[in-house]
Amino acid sequence: MKIVVAIKQVPERDAQIRVAADGKWIEEDDLNYTINEPDAYALEEALQLKEKNGTGEVIVVCAGPERVQTTLREALAKGADRAIHIEADDLGSRDTLGVAQILADAVKAESPDLILTGLQSDDLGLGQTGVVLAELLGIPHATIIMQVETTGAGLKVKRELEDGWFQHVEMPLPALLTIQSGGNKLRYATLMGIKKAKTKELKTVGAAAATASPAIALERVYLPEKQKKTEMLTGSPDQVAAQIVEKLKFEVRVI
Amino acid sequence: MSGVLVVLEQRGGAWNSMSFEALEAGMQLAAKLGTECSAAVVGDGVQSLQWTTAAKPKAVYAVEHALLKDYTSDGFTTALEQLIRKLDPAFVLFPHTYQVRDFAPALATRFKQVLISDVIAIHEGPVFVRQLLQGKLNADYRQTSSGPCFVSVQAGSFRAEAADASAIAMEGFAPELDAAKIRNKPGERFRESAQTVDLTAAPVIVSVGRGIGEQDNIGIVEELATALGAELAASRPICDNGWLPMERQVGSSGQTVSPKLYLAVGISGAIQHLVGMKGSKTVIAINKDENAPIFEVADYGVVGDLFEIVPALTKAVQAAKS
Repeated sequence: MKIVVAIKQVPERDAQIRVAADGKWIEEDDLNYTINEPDAYALEEALQLKEKNGTGEVIVVCAGPERVQTTLREALAKGADRAIHIEADDLGSRDTLGVAQILADAVKAESPDLILTGLQSDDLGLGQTGVVLAELLGIPHATIIMQVETTGAGLKVKRELEDGWFQHVEMPLPALLTIQSGGNKLRYATLMGIKKAKTKELKTVGAAAATASPAIALERVYLPEKQKKTEMLTGSPDQVAAQIVEKLKFEVRVI
Repeated sequence: MSGVLVVLEQRGGAWNSMSFEALEAGMQLAAKLGTECSAAVVGDGVQSLQWTTAAKPKAVYAVEHALLKDYTSDGFTTALEQLIRKLDPAFVLFPHTYQVRDFAPALATRFKQVLISDVIAIHEGPVFVRQLLQGKLNADYRQTSSGPCFVSVQAGSFRAEAADASAIAMEGFAPELDAAKIRNKPGERFRESAQTVDLTAAPVIVSVGRGIGEQDNIGIVEELATALGAELAASRPICDNGWLPMERQVGSSGQTVSPKLYLAVGISGAIQHLVGMKGSKTVIAINKDENAPIFEVADYGVVGDLFEIVPALTKAVQAAKS
């Protein structure tokens, strides 16, 4: 089975985020980047499917500036067979449809049996690139997937629903799935894997210029306003603990 | 092209309550724009549904077909595409449910549009507010193209007023669907196992998040929970890692809780988590990051090292109780 995993490079979760001077995005200069966590689960699912089937190929694809190659190399070190970097310095000015279109162009040439991606990105969190990609490619999709089984005719997947409910869905191939975290344990790259990754193919392709103007625009980013007046408790750990206990006794009344 | 259409969600004849929050958002948007708000519900045999919300849209369309009895992305996308082409609304709103997340992006794509998802507020413009970077920032989005603007509304962002069940006149809409074009075959919904932990009834919850670092450290939070006589809960990453069972997860994919006290330890407060705990009466948050979104909803906040504060708090609680 030929599996393409679409991954995104995002700022690290612990990164101190500062709004850029123009107020339209964040200050990117001193940020560290990493693989989008749900995409890491998509990669893990792909690697496990390949291992289970004993055959196949896992291709990782990522759109973005040159720096995304470090994330692609990490995916190769974890076990992906080859990587495609879609060179695009203008992702911020493309909307989901624009990004999904350049992914679709790159993926179409590979005609994979299965495309996996995370259910949403840790930065924008729009949660739709995968679904839009499937729609553009004319293939069925299912989202928020915890488990994937190949059947004779296609796939049987376990979808997560709200409030602890699940559902199995059967679908034909080729198909696209967006993967939820927690279905698998993420692996680390081994030293051997890191060495091997250096010899694996990392192909760079240019992204076509955006053909349509974006349908939506991100006009402004800013720190959220507080919904509640939070009373901050300060002091040494013992002083803070004493203040909390006072609140628990006399205001919240749980002690 | 004019008006606002809100797509409501039901399953087996029961409304998803988030539907009426989205309807409220749609009514408010329509009022601001000086236009009318309609609603639609998709399924099979949905015309007999009772209306249980105070909002009265101009029209409610029952999009009905035997092939829409069980949700499929292909069926819902095609049926709603036909309704939207007929009604030609300027805005289409949805509740931000798992089902909507599955089909609405594809539906928007058919109109060369992009879904503005999990919106938490709508301002003049209209400008749609949503969160970025796990809630660290807010962002204003605006539609820049013509064509319907697709928006999904996050739970708890708009308040719907409940009303006694009454009959509502729905206008039927019969989409043309072809069974051969519905590619996914959904199975029955199921739960993994009987839930043995009912967090929904717990009066006091101590909840732990990513900030705890590793599984071995959970013990210190557990000791605090024991001292307080509280249930121990967690955010998604803790359960994903298998450090605590999934049934202890609070959030949109876990349990929705409403305790007297919710003590959040090392939880940053991504919206998926906040959705599950928003009913808490008092929230106390301990986190090292002063900009963590949990502090936007907390009544009391402590910025600091949980590994120093939690043991001190446990001791103080034990002393107070003895």
